[in-house]
Amino acid sequence: MGLFIAQLLTGLANAATLFLVASGLSLIFGVTRIVNFAHGSFYMLGAFVGYSLMQVLPGAIGFWASVLLAGIIVGIIGLIVEVLVLRPVYKAPELFQLVATFGVILVIQDLALLVWGATDLLGPRAPGLKGVIRIMGEPVPKYDIALIVLTPFVLFALWYLIARTRVGILVRAATQDREMVAALGVNQSWLFTGVFFLGATLAGLGGAIQLPKGGADLLMDFNILAAIFVVVVIGGMGSLPGAYIAAVLISVLNVFGVSYLPQSTLVLMFVVMAVVLIIRPYGLLGREEVAGEHGQVGEPDRPIKPAGTVARVLVALLLLALFALPLAGSHYLVVLATDIIIFCLFAASLHFLLGLGGLVSFGHAAYFGGGAYVAALFVTHANTPMELAFLLAPLGAGFAALIIGWLCLRLTGVYFAMLTLALAQLLWSLVFQWDEFTGGDDGLVNIWPSEWLSDANTYLYLTIIVGVGGIILLRHIAHSPFGYALRASRDSQRQAEATGIDTKKIQLMAFTIAGVLAGVAGALFVFSKGSIFPNELEIAKSFDALIVVFLGGVKTLSGGVVGAASLELTKDYLTRFEYWRLVLGLLIIAVVILAPRGIVGSLRVLFERVRGASK
Amino acid sequence: MSAVLEVRGLSKSFGGIQAVSNVDFSVAKGELLAFIGPNGAGKTTCFNMLMGQLRPSGGDVFLNGEKITGMQPRKVWRKGVGRTFQITGTYQSMTVIENVQMAIISHNKRLFSIKPYATHLYREQAMSLLELVGMPDQAERACSILAYGDLKRLELAIALSHAPSLLLMDEPTAGMAPSERIALMELTAKIVADKGISVLFTEHDMDVVFGHSHRIMVLNRGELIAEGSADMIRNNPMVQQVYLGGGSVFNNEQQSDQSHA
Repeated sequence: MGLFIAQLLTGLANAATLFLVASGLSLIFGVTRIVNFAHGSFYMLGAFVGYSLMQVLPGAIGFWASVLLAGIIVGIIGLIVEVLVLRPVYKAPELFQLVATFGVILVIQDLALLVWGATDLLGPRAPGLKGVIRIMGEPVPKYDIALIVLTPFVLFALWYLIARTRVGILVRAATQDREMVAALGVNQSWLFTGVFFLGATLAGLGGAIQLPKGGADLLMDFNILAAIFVVVVIGGMGSLPGAYIAAVLISVLNVFGVSYLPQSTLVLMFVVMAVVLIIRPYGLLGREEVAGEHGQVGEPDRPIKPAGTVARVLVALLLLALFALPLAGSHYLVVLATDIIIFCLFAASLHFLLGLGGLVSFGHAAYFGGGAYVAALFVTHANTPMELAFLLAPLGAGFAALIIGWLCLRLTGVYFAMLTLALAQLLWSLVFQWDEFTGGDDGLVNIWPSEWLSDANTYLYLTIIVGVGGIILLRHIAHSPFGYALRASRDSQRQAEATGIDTKKIQLMAFTIAGVLAGVAGALFVFSKGSIFPNELEIAKSFDALIVVFLGGVKTLSGGVVGAASLELTKDYLTRFEYWRLVLGLLIIAVVILAPRGIVGSLRVLFERVRGASK
Repeated sequence: MSAVLEVRGLSKSFGGIQAVSNVDFSVAKGELLAFIGPNGAGKTTCFNMLMGQLRPSGGDVFLNGEKITGMQPRKVWRKGVGRTFQITGTYQSMTVIENVQMAIISHNKRLFSIKPYATHLYREQAMSLLELVGMPDQAERACSILAYGDLKRLELAIALSHAPSLLLMDEPTAGMAPSERIALMELTAKIVADKGISVLFTEHDMDVVFGHSHRIMVLNRGELIAEGSADMIRNNPMVQQVYLGGGSVFNNEQQSDQSHA
């Protein structure tokens, strides 16, 4: 009994940080509609800045002053990010801003490495709260008790701010209808900036306040990201009490999970989230979101056209160049080209879903990595020949996509995106923790292609035929009646349903097709590398695909492929430098600001302008 | 002869509010039936129940003798009912003609074909529908840059694309200039007369209602309070009382535009 209570209290204490960071994310999303991937980075900065301040400021007062100051400093950093990076791109297509926040993650990662170094920092104990108190014989750190007591006050203060003050009214109004608030003479830019400051401050506070428990390290940003998204979604977007309940739920379950079901720790929160969303599609305390009615910004998509002669000739030339690549005699180039084509197919499959279907999947790596694992598992456990395993991979991935798509398509908008993320994480944690079957963290090795494909050049040819073939197939589907029906379902679901189109069925089929082709990419990948590790289905991989689709141009047919090729080439060049993340992050931010339509979209506009001027 | 659409005891309540109660009516073949009533009378709710966007709390809907109560919109559409909406919902990312082609592709059940190019399918058929509504010149324009009145005409073309036996038009002329309204309704009347289509439409413009309907039904607070020809409705004291508060419109056939509310 004593142990039970002690664990419950630990869970409650852990909830403090989670709640602080998640409430910031929820506020930012609610008002600005920006999915702030960089929120984990603000949290990490809070920890580092807090650590440095605590070295300087002495005593109990110094400790708490450091926490507060760290929050404010991170808040100011958030403010700078909002003004410099996000303000220029508010008019860009929906969700485009998340690419910019991804750039911010990279920049902050390298800056933190530059300033604080690579070693993990052990957080100082809070002065005056160093010991433990015994509850029914079990030791409970005093600091935990302090956090448990403190959090409801923070919740109350935030709730008061949102529910009872003028600023709060504006924030809530903006959450419901931004345009109306702007029409009533509220300066939207400053409201957004203010909310960003507040959200970043909360993240910074969360980072600083957990120092005595967790310290500071460079992996904190991604480690907390998934958890705070889960908390926000379980609680219901924009609901502070909901975020608190969810934070407590997740933290407490986590503590119990660690002691009673250690192999469940990674899966647990995603299982909870999936269950909550399937039962209550808008979270515990959330309300139905009317997305798209007011939230849509940016110009509508243009009608698509079959590729012209020039484009076809260019593609044919590119294909010829690829086939001729082995003649250059560089093994390195051949491998690079193989990698790029595989990534392009993966990105194209997501683009099909996102660009044509308007279905934002945050967990597309599940089908890429999933396909790769299906092939690898068959080879490892059943000695399946490569050719058969290669066919089974897309089937497996497609099957996973069918199930996950069926579950997720009950939801729309950001909840849909979050559920795809949760279910993808579920798959990831399954692979990660089922050591005997999947090899866990050590992955599966010795997954080589058959004899006739063992040469890198031959494998490049296979990759070109299958990979480029897949991309062309997707493009064909985009121009087919099915592709049109998919766009129709996105443009106006009501009209589509009123003219005989079963939109859910169309979307589910699109989800499956995208899964199958991601699985093809996964199969190509695993046999080109000879091994597969869980990181091929983790969040970062999904985000990579998401980023390139937006960078390339979500509203153009070739955006995914162009974005993927550009990013892979850039990365290949940059990774030879020590602080390549910094450069890449800045580069991504620059592209986002200079080319808000994505690379292809912006080039097209530029081209039209030049042609218009010469006429 | 039997009615194209027959509605019996149709009711809908939202929580404790009775939005539509016990409505009976039928639409004969080739008939233009106007459905009028003040805002909030339950007209759109009725439409949504007929086409399946809403499930009725009670009552039944029969189309050509077949029960279609509570059927999903896409299935009702396949039975031969076309619909235009109060707020247009066309496909912004397609050209005008592709919007029409989409409906024809759906009608021919080729939605799951993955063979390009959809944009070449049923073009002539789509073009003739655009000609019917007077928009052949705009066929290749992007739908997103269309003027509002053109969107309404496009919606009509889409609604006609599967040769429906019944057309439901929810405020077809809302938001249009007076001359456009008359033109659109004349066009509609001509098309349905040629093709023998029945039309049920809601409308706030009395010029349109009195000038272009064969019969009028008046809905107030979810109940059908009158039904009959334009003259009968004009002279019905109950309608005058509840619907227009005894205004001068009904007594004066040469109405002015100010009376449009």
